[in-house]
Amino acid sequence: MGKRKISKNTRQSFITYGVVIAAYILLTVLASTGALSSTFKGLLVPVCAYIIAAISLNLTVGVLGELSLGHAGFMSVGAFSGATVAIALKDSVPSEWVRLLIAVIVGAFFAAIFGFIVGIPVLRLRGDYLAIVTLAFGEIIKTIVTNLYIGKDASGMHIGFLDGDILERGGKMILNGPNGISGITKISTFTSGFIIIMICLIIIFNLVNSRSGRAIMALRDNRIAAESVGINITKYKLMAFVISASMAGAAGALYALGQNTVTANKFDFNTSILILVFVVLGGLGNMLGSVISATVLYVLPETWLRQFSDYRMLIYAVVLIAVMLVTNNSKIRALVSRLIPGKNKDKEDEKNV
Amino acid sequence: MKKIISLVLAVLLVVTCFTACGNTDKDGSTDTNTNTKTIKIGGTGPLTGGAAIYGNAAKNGAQIAVDEINALGGIKFELNYQDDVNDAEKTVTAYNTLKDWGMQIFLGSVTSKPAVATSAESNSDNIFFLTPSASATDVLGGVENPLTGSVEIDRKNNVFQMCFVDPNQGAASAQYIFDKKLGEKIAVIYKNDDVYSTGIYNSFAPKAKELGLNVVSVTTFTDDTSTDFSVQIADAKDKGADLVFLPMYYEAAAMIFTQANNAGYTPKYFGVDGMDGILTLDGFDTKLAEGVMLLTPFNADSEDESIKKFVATYKEKFGETPNQFAADAYDCIYAIYNMLKDESVDSKTSASDICDILVKKITADSFKLDGLTGESMSWDATGAVSKYPKGMIIKNGAYVGLD
Amino acid sequence: MSLLNNLINGISLGSVYAIIALGYTMVYGIAKMLNFAHGDVIMIGAYACFFMVTEYGFNPLIGIIVAIVVCTLLGVIIERLAYKPLRQVTSLAVLITAIGVSYFLQNAAQLLWTSNPKIFPALFGNGGIKLFGGDLLIPYKTIVTIAACIIIMVGLMLFTSKTKTGKAMRACSEDKGAAQLMGINVNRTISITFAIGSALAAVAGVLLCASYPRLVPTTGSMPGIKAFTAAVFGGIGSIPGAFLGGILLGIIEIFSSAYLSTALANAIVFLVLIIVLLVKPTGLLGKKVSEKV
Repeated sequence: MGKRKISKNTRQSFITYGVVIAAYILLTVLASTGALSSTFKGLLVPVCAYIIAAISLNLTVGVLGELSLGHAGFMSVGAFSGATVAIALKDSVPSEWVRLLIAVIVGAFFAAIFGFIVGIPVLRLRGDYLAIVTLAFGEIIKTIVTNLYIGKDASGMHIGFLDGDILERGGKMILNGPNGISGITKISTFTSGFIIIMICLIIIFNLVNSRSGRAIMALRDNRIAAESVGINITKYKLMAFVISASMAGAAGALYALGQNTVTANKFDFNTSILILVFVVLGGLGNMLGSVISATVLYVLPETWLRQFSDYRMLIYAVVLIAVMLVTNNSKIRALVSRLIPGKNKDKEDEKNV
Repeated sequence: MKKIISLVLAVLLVVTCFTACGNTDKDGSTDTNTNTKTIKIGGTGPLTGGAAIYGNAAKNGAQIAVDEINALGGIKFELNYQDDVNDAEKTVTAYNTLKDWGMQIFLGSVTSKPAVATSAESNSDNIFFLTPSASATDVLGGVENPLTGSVEIDRKNNVFQMCFVDPNQGAASAQYIFDKKLGEKIAVIYKNDDVYSTGIYNSFAPKAKELGLNVVSVTTFTDDTSTDFSVQIADAKDKGADLVFLPMYYEAAAMIFTQANNAGYTPKYFGVDGMDGILTLDGFDTKLAEGVMLLTPFNADSEDESIKKFVATYKEKFGETPNQFAADAYDCIYAIYNMLKDESVDSKTSASDICDILVKKITADSFKLDGLTGESMSWDATGAVSKYPKGMIIKNGAYVGLD
Repeated sequence: MSLLNNLINGISLGSVYAIIALGYTMVYGIAKMLNFAHGDVIMIGAYACFFMVTEYGFNPLIGIIVAIVVCTLLGVIIERLAYKPLRQVTSLAVLITAIGVSYFLQNAAQLLWTSNPKIFPALFGNGGIKLFGGDLLIPYKTIVTIAACIIIMVGLMLFTSKTKTGKAMRACSEDKGAAQLMGINVNRTISITFAIGSALAAVAGVLLCASYPRLVPTTGSMPGIKAFTAAVFGGIGSIPGAFLGGILLGIIEIFSSAYLSTALANAIVFLVLIIVLLVKPTGLLGKKVSEKV
């Protein structure tokens, strides 16, 4: 019974690691034996990127308790900065792994800077006003990237805004305004996606179980009480927000380098909403829930629902509503907690979220 | 402990689901043993979402051609269109789904952005790619960027287009306007966040400059600002433009015609192939489009026998007048049919082998296709089609040839 | 003169945002939920009116009434099936359900009426009042939209301050628990709010499409988001705030595309919004709520 001594939080984090590792091993084995169809193989990298985006948004929405409607904007920053760097370094850094690593770090770094800029209004605003500011930032980032041109010619890198005529003859355009980045060499792999997921999970769980994490959750549960015991709101809110943004940036870089082409329009309001759906459906503050719901909700319409052809998205909508109704139904919740003993306490905790 | 076991079981369940799906897909592809002359053709397009009109048109057009060919006897086709929601990421999944289904020939993606992604995928898999309507140069690869003169994406040798490639349209429009002296002062409105629209504008602008056309106003809009055009119209009007060039799809153009007319501004308009379809818009006052000139390869009102037959079948089956997307897809299927009918291919031939045959045939000098969107169309190694756009003008609610 | 013209154009666009924002803010103020399906109810209303007027040849007035009936029914059904069961849980859960409803309506509309655009008839004509010898044109549809906005705004304000149901709504928006203790049927009050909000959506849909006639299944989504922005801009929950926010948003959008850049218009609108919220964190006319521990 020595196991009882492990705190509930630690146990939860180890379960999450265990499930992710088990899923990774299983899928890798299946892929190597050829049991996985091309469809699923193609989905692995984007699913990893969406999982990272979902757990990072869960840090903002679930742990910090602020609604963000512009998370895709941070992915966009990470995607375009990361992919630009990866393409620019194509000749000087031959190793794909090193290039991907640099791209992900650059993506996370730039997204963190944007997170910091967006984070400043976070200090002043609350609730839906905050939500609309994040939405606004997401849209602004989209417009900026749509009009941004980055290219490389004999005299080095050039950046243009609104005007694509920035290169000498013979130069190569990397980010071509509305056409986005095309001709990306796919260097993201399932393994790299898995490693980034694990790193993000470790960072989040360590943060949540640390002094800072408790301060952040105290802010969420009762801001005024937290403030009165001397917690620095600015510092902890910004901390959570910037970490969340940088992870989204890493997700963006991973995503972009797993695609042939990315355009700014991909990271619009709808994508932000999609990630939010993953988070809410998986449970606020529940990282494993985000991982599972991101996987299922992303894979479902792309695979199993395809047999319904025209009715595919209609059924997806119905599934979404039904799942929300069922998981939030008090009778069903009571039934579940009776069937799985020990689940009761978790549920109580979730309700306080 | 119990919880861990239950979670591991849950993961196992999900994973077995994945593989189970994969297996059924494979089973599905083996039951074609009975009909060995059936070739599987796949395509992706936006069947839902904001761009669904284009995907569904292409799907329907291709289906008509497939039905006609299957009725002829001999080689048979099976068509499978998958939804890509006009998204470069979803389209790869759609493409992979088709691969799992056992696709042997790929009709590409209907819209440009997804087609850039699927053309790269099909290139590495060596599956023949013939898109009805994705006109961006990045789809073909190997085309010079007009601004830098360098080739940014290598030519994808398996990729061909049925529609005009964007730069050709932009330059052709500038040339046409210049040759026919259509306008003294020219205004351009284009869609800034759209690959198709910017692609045409980017080749129109340098050509116009070279020819000395007087472009007085260039304004843009995006998806998010596509409701109100008053600023763009006012700018063109204030600068005295007598010709407005609209490289965009017809639904946005319809809004511009309506709003310009309300503002009392009636210039001449010049459109591109995306303008085709304007006359069949539900509830649109075709008087507003009177005098609009456009370059289009397809005319649904044509007296041509094959076009008349196609339009009638389409109306009967789908209740709408077909646009050029449908006609292009129809031509794609016939192009493939004409190339394959004398070949000994069947459901067992690998996609790669079919691709090699088709690439060789389509680029051969002797191959010419008479279709709905052009006569004696031919292709070379660049992948672009060689056909000539017809200059049309809308008179009394119908297209009339300009020449 | 072009300045005045742009102003008129801005007000035209803004009046459409305003009328959508009124419905948004109404539902938000009382039910405290962001109803993302509002834009799609608008779209359904526009389709209902379109079919009545163009297919069956009815008078536009009947078209509008049918649209109102259809949308009210739809709003009540949506509320009963999708939102009511979630009344006790976090507002985020309802937000996600609303997104689900939004997907559902868009896809259902596409299956029913295809994605082929329909051009909405110009219900109020294409003319307008000409000033300065025809240099300045104030379109009739703008006048109608603004008049409708003002009538609805005043009506809503009177309704919430004078009638019993309206007062109950205000009580619910202040404090649901206390309202319940005072004998107000909170559930019913929220349902009535949705019915009214949906009826407003029908009017907004018809006016939106009368001004900007392209009708597709996604017609409501972008104006919906813009109107939501407008509602926040004016102070969400505030009825005059929604009107003011809508008009200002339209003017800013037109002015930034006319004088700055058409390509960046959208970004500028949102930038102004952020700046306004930084200066006034609860929007232009929003109430400042003092917090208690």
